[in-house]
Amino acid sequence: MITTRDIQQKTIADLFEQYPFLPGFFEENTLEVDGQINEKLDDFLNILDDEEEKENRAMDKSQVMESMAEYITQMLAFLGEDEDEGVNSITLLPGTNKSGEKEQFDELTINKSEIVCIVGPTGSGKSRLLADIEWVAQNDTPTSRTILVNGEKGDKKWRVTSGHKLVAQLSQNMNFVMDLSVYEFIELHAQSRLVEDVEGVINKIFEQANNLAGEKFSLDTPITSLSGGQSRALMIADTAILSKSPIILIDEIENAGIDRKKALELLVGEEKIVLMATHDPILALMGDRRIVIKNGGIHKVIDTSGDEQNLLSELERMDNVIQNMRTRLRHGEIIRQEDIGF
Amino acid sequence: MNLVTVSGPPSSGKTAVILKTIDSFQKRGLEVGVVKFDCLYTDDDILYEKAGVKVKKGLSGSLCPDHYFVSNIEEVTQWGIKEGLDILITESAGLCNRCSPYVKSVTAVCVIDNLSGINTPKKIGPMLKSADIVIITKGDIVSQAEREVFASRVNTVNPGASIMHVNGLTGQGAYELSTLLYDEKIEVKTLVGEKLRFSMPSALCSYCLGETRIGESYQMGNVRKIDMEDKKGKK
Repeated sequence: MITTRDIQQKTIADLFEQYPFLPGFFEENTLEVDGQINEKLDDFLNILDDEEEKENRAMDKSQVMESMAEYITQMLAFLGEDEDEGVNSITLLPGTNKSGEKEQFDELTINKSEIVCIVGPTGSGKSRLLADIEWVAQNDTPTSRTILVNGEKGDKKWRVTSGHKLVAQLSQNMNFVMDLSVYEFIELHAQSRLVEDVEGVINKIFEQANNLAGEKFSLDTPITSLSGGQSRALMIADTAILSKSPIILIDEIENAGIDRKKALELLVGEEKIVLMATHDPILALMGDRRIVIKNGGIHKVIDTSGDEQNLLSELERMDNVIQNMRTRLRHGEIIRQEDIGF
Repeated sequence: MNLVTVSGPPSSGKTAVILKTIDSFQKRGLEVGVVKFDCLYTDDDILYEKAGVKVKKGLSGSLCPDHYFVSNIEEVTQWGIKEGLDILITESAGLCNRCSPYVKSVTAVCVIDNLSGINTPKKIGPMLKSADIVIITKGDIVSQAEREVFASRVNTVNPGASIMHVNGLTGQGAYELSTLLYDEKIEVKTLVGEKLRFSMPSALCSYCLGETRIGESYQMGNVRKIDMEDKKGKK
């Protein structure tokens, strides 16, 4: 743990060298270093002691110093985490449904690289289940469920620290709102995650996203002008590779302009736990299991059977027929009986 | 009684977040009250009334809403106690991004939304930097990457805060927020003698006093000018 005493007598140049992420803190807090890089932090921040300067900038010296110490502590902890501390599994222990009855399962463990679908009508409690997972419920939410991480009682750090979100989300309504190119966008995300090989990560995500997208895009394409399918492809590739969250929650993947099977393979390949709220038979059958939610509780857990998996290939063939027609239409071709193929 | 101050830029989703959080409080049988501070107009009090909570509104009119807030907060607190509330929530918009009506001993919540742009955390002063809890809204409509970048920027300007994502439409995250806001061991009786976390901006010039004419001879008091000189190299 770093305290203000550890940093106040050091020069800014030394601090920047010791903590390479610190210039970002200065930048975000609008502290311009300019020619004062060799000043001691304590002296540099003296400008904030001036009453007028303090009021104009709306910052005071001790608050900035404490904030900085806290930030350094957090970033060091963040960088110090190694793979061993990753999440290998989550386990759900039953709570109750809306009528107060115990849920219909004893214990449900989901391992990384596993895909579990969540099905049930609107309002049945899907969101609450996901919220319980995100909050690492410890018998302290309305459902009284308990969520274990790696088989143990979850750490509360998952609840409120920005660097430790258990769940990343991908949903149909999501859009890009920043005015950036694909390259700049991934770069920004990589920098915020303190990635070392930014260039390598950008290329990897770009390649994977194009691999998923029906129509290719380039690194200079503005993210706001990507098509729906391209946007989702980029979001999925970016989340799979750059998001630190071990669990990915997907709320349907629309069946247009994106290879959904490859998308799931990518997520699974990056060792994510994939939870997918979907009623699309192809996606649902790609899951290893599905959780059925009814009246606010888990009603059943169904393993995808061998018969169902056999059906999947037939469904995929039907899906391909439609996708091919889509491509033909896009290229101005005529649709024929034999395109249907059965 | 517990007291919570909620603040945040206009249209960031404060009222929606508070309403969803109230829902969770009511399910626990807690008596909730809200005081809404605004500048010229608000009908959020009707929304609060519909939600079945006791509500008061205060319009600051020609005054700075945050100055107005701090001049009234003690009376508001006494009202809440008299009404027998378990928790009183005050809501006010940070109109100039500079102010913050946070009181040192009172839980301070800042609501800010993902759509406001990633440079926004940098632009907001004590309202964001000195909050105990930062709620980020509208996360359901931007990409995961943008959410992560935005949250990390918030964390950079206020590393000590608990940062949470709440969806004001579906209420996702509101139950969790409610658990951070109420502590039955806390009993606020008065704020007399308490202090603001940060001083309010000083502004007392002729325009504060109703002057409308333009020109140097009409400007008195605390007046400051933009530096219009071309910069020749750095100082």
